[in-house]
Amino acid sequence: MTTPGRGRSREQWGYLPYLLPGLLLFTAVIGVPFLMNIGTSFTEWTGVGAPEWIGLGNYRELVRDGEFWASFRHNVLIIFGMAIVPTMIGLVLAAALTDLVDRHFGPRTASVLRACVYLPQVLPVVIAGVVWSWLLAPENGAVNALLDAVGLGSLAHDWLGDPATALWSVVGVMVWMQIGFPLVIFMSGLQRVDPSLYEAAEIDGASWGRRFRHVTVPQIRPEIFVVLLWTTIAALKAFPQIFVLTKGGPGGATNVPSYYSWVNFFEKSDVGYGSAIATVLTLVILALTVVFLRLQARDLEEGR
Amino acid sequence: MTATLTRKAGAPPRDRRGAARRARRRGPSAYAVLVALVALAGVMLLPFVVVVFNALKTPQEYSSNGPLSPPDGFHLDGVRQFWERVDFGHVLLNSAIVSGSVAVLAVLLSVLNAYALGIGRIKGRMWVLALLLLANTLPQEALVYPLYYMAKQVGLYDTRISVIIVFTVIQSAFGTYLLSSVMAAFPRPLLEAARIDGAGRWQVLWRVVVPVVRPTLSVLLVFFFVWTWNEFLIPMVFLISNENQTVSVALGVLQGQRLMDATMSSAASLLGLLPTVAFFLIFQRTLARGLTAGAIK
Repeated sequence: MTTPGRGRSREQWGYLPYLLPGLLLFTAVIGVPFLMNIGTSFTEWTGVGAPEWIGLGNYRELVRDGEFWASFRHNVLIIFGMAIVPTMIGLVLAAALTDLVDRHFGPRTASVLRACVYLPQVLPVVIAGVVWSWLLAPENGAVNALLDAVGLGSLAHDWLGDPATALWSVVGVMVWMQIGFPLVIFMSGLQRVDPSLYEAAEIDGASWGRRFRHVTVPQIRPEIFVVLLWTTIAALKAFPQIFVLTKGGPGGATNVPSYYSWVNFFEKSDVGYGSAIATVLTLVILALTVVFLRLQARDLEEGR
Repeated sequence: MTATLTRKAGAPPRDRRGAARRARRRGPSAYAVLVALVALAGVMLLPFVVVVFNALKTPQEYSSNGPLSPPDGFHLDGVRQFWERVDFGHVLLNSAIVSGSVAVLAVLLSVLNAYALGIGRIKGRMWVLALLLLANTLPQEALVYPLYYMAKQVGLYDTRISVIIVFTVIQSAFGTYLLSSVMAAFPRPLLEAARIDGAGRWQVLWRVVVPVVRPTLSVLLVFFFVWTWNEFLIPMVFLISNENQTVSVALGVLQGQRLMDATMSSAASLLGLLPTVAFFLIFQRTLARGLTAGAIK
């Protein structure tokens, strides 16, 4: 090691073999398919025979496709149900469990309640979907039976089969599935907060709302960013939920881009068009990630 | 997902301050909040209760008493019927084979990659890490058709191996990213001491690095297993024949065909949720232990 520069680079080459299998596999399983997908988005292709190059044809069609725009509008609502509402509920619950229940009734009570709210998160999305499509069934479904039992039978409904309620029902199911995730992240973030901060604020006569705003939220800002980014991206990939609950129906009322691309790939055999949808979806997700990371970086700097 | 990772990480025992002081401050509003939270917990659990109730009913009981009444006995006919209809034992085995292989292989691949990136500090590693971050956010919708096409070309379509390969790579994108940062912080003197003792890179990896990062590896192993178990889109596209299907695929496809009646749906739900609830209970301990072990280091 006389010349550190040369020694270092020879040293580095020695590690290259460890990276080779990974590099090859990534290229084959992620790199090539990713580029292929972009490539086929510029073609007209049924999946057999040779793709026909049509340039931006698919994208021009997308811009005019009302169904595509509708699917993005639905996805905005699903982001609401999977990211924004659970984050807000999770914040309030985490604060209530940490600030009130933990301190006044003991940490055991708090962790049991947390586990109850978290439980839906352990279900595979598909299983949760099977459970709910049966609970929401129009004939003999548990939700309608419950409404009947409490005297609200007139509200009984074909929840997933009526275009007016289908999307809202899906959003409701997603809230149920999702709130455990922000809750546990926020609660573990709040472990960092010195409990005497809360006690001091309480002695100073700060109401619960003020403590929430001035102690809880500022302390776990980093977690809030991460949770919002993670859940928003997850909401844009909501394929299994839609597949199991509604199959995009009734009449496209719950269609989302990820499901719409699948329909084009495997039901309509319009692979070029499906690839264009998937490419747009990818771009949206990448743009969101960049924006979030920027915001987070700026937030960190201001905090200093 | 990451939730379970962070959950128990270092909860300080801050219950030592006098219980009397705590009790004194329990105002009526604190009780009101507690009641509201218990009610919420009940609502969250209700679907689970309803599923268990109805999975234990006979179809006659279901149609006469409705979905909300508790079962009047312990009828496992619905569950047994569903088990036989989808050959659930086989489906369960498929899920275990696929998830287990992916977990082990993806951890192995992550270790090799991270060794080169985090400890070897190979040139251009920032680019590799940035690409991995992108790969993590990539929607599978953008990969699924080309993968399907390629699998057909090489004759791996409708095999469990194809799904294992795909998810080994997808999961190790996350694993490599995480492990690289763990290994970049690895104590250098330890490595140098081993090198001076004459250990080669291969020996250093297995005798020095892996034992130290083992807690992180076991956490990754659990995550990869559970994540793969829950996957749906790619397994559904790849695993067409019944004998290769995983739990999620078998139930999802059956649900998609709208062929299940009420008792069967609840039996399916029960069988589908039992394994994951079991994982939750088993792995929670592993994860908590793994994380505390990691923290001590």
